[in-house]
Amino acid sequence: MECVMGVVGRDFAVVAADTSAVQSILVHKTDEDKVMVLDSHKLMGASGEPGDRVQFTEYIQKNLHLYQFRNTIPLSTAATANFTRGELATALRKNPYMVNVILGGYDKDAGASLYYIDYISTLHKIDKGAFGYGSYFCLSLMDKLYHPDMTVEEAVDLIDKCIKEIRLRLVVAPQNFVIKIVDKNGAREYARRDLVGDNASVDAATTVTA
Amino acid sequence: MAMKVDMSALETNFSIPCLDDGDGMHFSADSPDVPSMVLPTCADFDGFQAATKDMVKNKRGTTTLAFIFDKGVIVAADSRASMGGYISSQTVRKIIEINPYMLGTMAGGAADCQFWHRNLGNKCRLHELSNKRRISIAGASKLLANILYSYRGMGLSIGTMIAGFDEKGPGLYYVDSEGARLVGNRFSVGSGSLYAYGILDEGYRFNMSVEEAAELARRAIYGATFRDAASGGCVSVYHVGPDGWKKLSGDDVGELHYHYYPVQKTSVEQEMTDAPSTSA
Repeated sequence: MECVMGVVGRDFAVVAADTSAVQSILVHKTDEDKVMVLDSHKLMGASGEPGDRVQFTEYIQKNLHLYQFRNTIPLSTAATANFTRGELATALRKNPYMVNVILGGYDKDAGASLYYIDYISTLHKIDKGAFGYGSYFCLSLMDKLYHPDMTVEEAVDLIDKCIKEIRLRLVVAPQNFVIKIVDKNGAREYARRDLVGDNASVDAATTVTA
Repeated sequence: MAMKVDMSALETNFSIPCLDDGDGMHFSADSPDVPSMVLPTCADFDGFQAATKDMVKNKRGTTTLAFIFDKGVIVAADSRASMGGYISSQTVRKIIEINPYMLGTMAGGAADCQFWHRNLGNKCRLHELSNKRRISIAGASKLLANILYSYRGMGLSIGTMIAGFDEKGPGLYYVDSEGARLVGNRFSVGSGSLYAYGILDEGYRFNMSVEEAAELARRAIYGATFRDAASGGCVSVYHVGPDGWKKLSGDDVGELHYHYYPVQKTSVEQEMTDAPSTSA
């Protein structure tokens, strides 16, 4: 099952997700990017049914861009989270989107923030969170090892420990992960952790991009 | 007493139950020729609806594959159509020519695939006329994926790959009726796809000649037809290059089998001779 997790640090947020696209017992691909860059300073990691995930995150992304075109200023992370939750809620009783979202963003005034939005429109502002079967192993790890104002290295190290635990303990664990970061310089991919596929390396924790 | 003939192959979900008096089937005199369905009782209409959708849903009895390599895209498929245990055709064209530079593969409901690929071809042509340039493979697959997404849950059964060559080079997308759209370098779809993946993943390299790539595709489909009961017939292999698609080969899998595994002549250990005749 798909794992998405996020952690907030000193003025940045990290969102990580696995990169497998699975259907029953078949892995279609091992490099499917599930953390969408919504705009210059927002990341949305999503997990859920394949059609819903892509359609919903693209819908949020395009509406964010529309807001910016109309109003010349981008939407804040908090407003984006509430907008996303509202869209999920409106669709819930008609044509629900089966998508769980971890939204990370950086605003000049509010700093870095992380939001947990699940498929039935629950919204929480969080410091650390995870979705999927991986969350059973990660959340307690995060509870123990997290402390406020972590540096980038500490936060990525926490994510790496979570990935290691998922690979160790989850039956049929996803092999490859992507880690993305958002800070005052913008939202970008930080690293990949690939065990299989064309970019796999012997050392599982090798960084591909930094 | 004659043995009872197994008529289960003639059973369909749409016929009126035949009266069987023990001396064979016969149809009642006043049964109409039109097929009829069991009408739902009011007790569990949702259950009946779910069961009907499940009955109509075709398991994707097929093997199709496509992969990108340095000289373009190879697309290959088998040609068997099956309805449960009955093989209804061995000569189905599962590679659909959407336009001269784009191919689609068929897995799932044949009618669904054919109709929606034809519809996609129309939309691509309209795009060309409105925009004075060809549509990209990404765009074409997105058009199809959005249409299929809007029909989600309504019983369409389509597992297709859109393969082609556009300005950005070779393109390959997997699109299905659940709404998924995946970009990738190699895919295989259908009940035999797992078998095909085994051979495809092992032999795949980005740098191959067209002949090597076609042989890999042919071998992978053959391997799947060997193990999967719902795949068979002939293997069609197409190549899509910068100038469009071209059909490379169509081989019967039975013949391919003896091509890959020729019959070994066993050595004769003992020759039989006639028994010596006993003199009377």
